[in-house]
Amino acid sequence: MSMEVDKYIASGILELYVAGALTPEQNLEVQHYALQYPEIQKEIEAIELAILKLTASVSPKMPENGFEKIKAELNNTIQFTPVQSKRKALWTPYLGWAASIILAIGLFWLYSENRNLKSEIEISSQDKLRLEETLSNTQEAIVRKESLLEQLRDQNVTVITLGGQTVSPSSYAKAYWNREDSKVIIDAQGLPEPPAGYTYQVWSLKLDPLTPTSIGLLNDFSGENDKLFVLENPNTSEAFGITLEPDGGSESPTLEQLYTLGAVGR
Amino acid sequence: MELDSLIQQFQKKDKTAFATLYQMYADNICGVINVILKDPERSQELCHDVFIKIWEKSDQYDTSKGRFFTWIINIARNTAIDELRSKSHKNQKKNLSVETLVGIYENSEDLNGKIDTIGLQSLLKGLKDKCILLIDLLYFKGFTQKEVAKELKTPIGTIKTRLRSCISEIRKNMA
Repeated sequence: MSMEVDKYIASGILELYVAGALTPEQNLEVQHYALQYPEIQKEIEAIELAILKLTASVSPKMPENGFEKIKAELNNTIQFTPVQSKRKALWTPYLGWAASIILAIGLFWLYSENRNLKSEIEISSQDKLRLEETLSNTQEAIVRKESLLEQLRDQNVTVITLGGQTVSPSSYAKAYWNREDSKVIIDAQGLPEPPAGYTYQVWSLKLDPLTPTSIGLLNDFSGENDKLFVLENPNTSEAFGITLEPDGGSESPTLEQLYTLGAVGR
Repeated sequence: MELDSLIQQFQKKDKTAFATLYQMYADNICGVINVILKDPERSQELCHDVFIKIWEKSDQYDTSKGRFFTWIINIARNTAIDELRSKSHKNQKKNLSVETLVGIYENSEDLNGKIDTIGLQSLLKGLKDKCILLIDLLYFKGFTQKEVAKELKTPIGTIKTRLRSCISEIRKNMA
């Protein structure tokens, strides 16, 4: 797979990326390319630098102790203003006492009402923040899943079913291999959790003679909820196999620990 | 990378990392707010508020939202725009006076003498009004690409290539 990096840079998409004017899906795409091509990463940083200069040039400078003031506020988000009474003009001592007791009760009542309201507001704004966060996480999850789904549905994808082997006959897995993109998505839903200290390793195999080439590890198996793993596979594979290896993977597959295997159909 | 680990520390609520990010970006946050509000004193206050928000929302940032700078500048813009609306300007985003940056540039409007427009002048030297307007909409007003296309009645493709050449001119002016 090759991409025309120059053309991509010249398209102006990176300028939009820095502006935050792209959709979350496009953001992910730009990041994907930036990781792959250092020129793109460098260009993004250069564009950002220009915008940094520009936005700073119209700034009323912040005061010297600007951050001190912020720091002082970071811990105490809820602040109550104490309610005070300074009334003194009383008609007669008795009336004055009575009035001030009533006033004190009234003020106390107002104060506690006020405090309740404030804490209710605080709670609902926290709820709102939490909901907003959940929403944005859900949206991201959807974008990720949509992009995976799109990759699975690509017409260049060959699906290979990997069946369970002697060590674990009930295991299975699927490989979605896109030859155009040199990518394999492994669906490892049908594999048991690897024991501590071990990781599954995926192999591309040539059959005659049997030549295994490692194409990657299924890292963080338990953390990956969907059990979908994207790996690079530039090989002309004739079969795929998954073995259990010590963490970090092995040079060549431990065949006694071959969990699943499947040949690429025509 | 250094910025990445700084951001990670900040997300773990490390105040020293936050102080560094403040030093890095306070002027940018303040600048964007000031272009929208044209009120240096109020902009400084809002800038302060924006950093408190950034701290409170720190765990909401991840790279799928774009660059860290893009994320915080977006918070700053929204805060400034909310402020304008709350002042009963009742404007929708598209109705904000469109030419704030152009105005500051052309009239060297000195905003009570609190900002030095020489820096701005030299960065925007030789840029067409079209360019300045486009930069204003995208970086200072937070328009999406669709909104810009609609506002300028221009196809997105044209906007992208124009934007590319506008930013290139600024980069030349920086050199």
